[in-house]
Amino acid sequence: MDETGHDDLMVSARELRKSFGSFEAVKGIDVDVRRGEAFGFLGPNGAGKSSTMRMIAAVSPVSGGHLRILGLDPAEHGSEIRARLGVCPQEDTLDTELSVFDNLYVYGRYFGIPRAEVRSRARDLLEFVQLAERAKAKVDDLSGGMKRRLTIARSLINNPDLLLLDEPTTGLDPQARHLLWDRLFRLKQQGVTLVITSHYMDEAEQLCDRLVVMDKGLIVAEGSPSQLIREHSTREVAELRFGVTEHSLYADQVADLAERIEVLPDRLLLYSHDGEEAVARVHERGLTPSATLVRRSSLEDVFLRLTGRTLVD
Amino acid sequence: MSSSFELAVRQLDYWATVYRRTWKGTVVSSFVNPLLYVLAMGVLLGGFIAGDPATLEGAPTYLAFIAPGLLAAQSMQTAVGETTYPVMSMVKWQKVYYGMQATPLRPVDLVNAHLGFIVFRLAMTSAVFAAVLAPFDVYHSLLGAVGAWLVAVLVGLAIGLPVYAFAAGAPNESSFALVFRLGVIPQFLFSGAFFPISNLSPVLEAIARLTPLYQGVDLARMLTLGTLDAGPALVHLVYLLVMVVVGHVLAVRRLTRRLVV
Repeated sequence: MDETGHDDLMVSARELRKSFGSFEAVKGIDVDVRRGEAFGFLGPNGAGKSSTMRMIAAVSPVSGGHLRILGLDPAEHGSEIRARLGVCPQEDTLDTELSVFDNLYVYGRYFGIPRAEVRSRARDLLEFVQLAERAKAKVDDLSGGMKRRLTIARSLINNPDLLLLDEPTTGLDPQARHLLWDRLFRLKQQGVTLVITSHYMDEAEQLCDRLVVMDKGLIVAEGSPSQLIREHSTREVAELRFGVTEHSLYADQVADLAERIEVLPDRLLLYSHDGEEAVARVHERGLTPSATLVRRSSLEDVFLRLTGRTLVD
Repeated sequence: MSSSFELAVRQLDYWATVYRRTWKGTVVSSFVNPLLYVLAMGVLLGGFIAGDPATLEGAPTYLAFIAPGLLAAQSMQTAVGETTYPVMSMVKWQKVYYGMQATPLRPVDLVNAHLGFIVFRLAMTSAVFAAVLAPFDVYHSLLGAVGAWLVAVLVGLAIGLPVYAFAAGAPNESSFALVFRLGVIPQFLFSGAFFPISNLSPVLEAIARLTPLYQGVDLARMLTLGTLDAGPALVHLVYLLVMVVVGHVLAVRRLTRRLVV
């Protein structure tokens, strides 16, 4: 039982703030992450996700508010907290001149794990992330996806209670992303608590039980992916493209056909419970979009609704 | 909570791996460099210089005069080499320190372990250097030779730690030009390694006397020539030890400021 009285609270933040000089990256957020859940911070670049993650990783001092990680205060117990965390940073910090195996081996030693034990865990983890055949390769010779997998393997060397993944799949090709998601999903099944930041809504939808949407240092919404979509969007979205033109010119002509519309530089979004019906009505009015697409609402739409901006600029 | 010592020792395998990867590149130069120096400067250049103990701070030959100077000066160069680009790589290029920071290790533990590696490198290169000088009859006693070796390691640390502190906070490698131009080269040439600093003008002599390398050169020379004078020797020793302690404090502070933001 920790001092907050909840022994299943892995992360607990109240009014958490982070400033760099006069710039406020995190402006007072409340977050609780419970044991065994996959929790996400979703938001565009610069929303304050990475600053929050670094505070949770106990490597960045909080500027204000209250933060407990595994029930401990990071200002006093940073080293003990980090001993129980796994961290997959946004930017790889692998030693590119060491072999794949040695990267895991030396890292495990930092946690004080006995040599024989580290060797055996390193071999198991290389199997887990499908890099066993590359054990002797230099990190320099690995592809981007392989490096990410190695970083994830490294973050698991101490059997962490809490795994922090900052933009785990940014810059990876689709195949590499799906392989990584599969591995993360398996970890979740094993009961590892995951905290993930992402600016990809599909990633958040796939992996997170619960997430917060961050924008400009604040939390603008919180819930499960389906809950957020239900609360902040319609069931379906009809996308209309009118070629190379100013899409706002068409906005007035279709505004009454949907509950809500959004104008993007390259398309119009019609939020409606029946997307096909909305498209049919558009055609009835004599408008001929060059392309139409009806799809389910996603977190991207939630984000657009909440912030007026898209996630990936 | 683990002790600082234990947290530093946990990085032994990392530094051993680094050394296994790099030792072959340093082994030849650590034998050949001292040999080239002692032949060129000690034997050949020294052949033109009259061996007069009165003008060579008590050394019977020029070779015996510069041997401890070379020993201390090479240690400074090795130390600066180990505390500039390698440190920049850890904080900026490879970011290995950032990976380490996500573990129970604290910035002070990173400094301590890196420092341990630097001591090892200095001890090895200085031991080889001291051994290469041995056949040239430059040591008054074995004890003096061992003492000069220890002084060489101490000089390396005394100069290396402040440079480490500088590198840990430096924005990029172009700042190192300053270290080499203002720190290393003038000290190498004018700190009494190659000629008695009494040949300098009074102002320059006073400046030379204040440099850490001079402190080490003079102390090492007293030991190799067997001319140890307790008072000045103690001053040199305390000076160098204070540099090590202050350098360590600065190194931890600058690295903490770099990593913990």
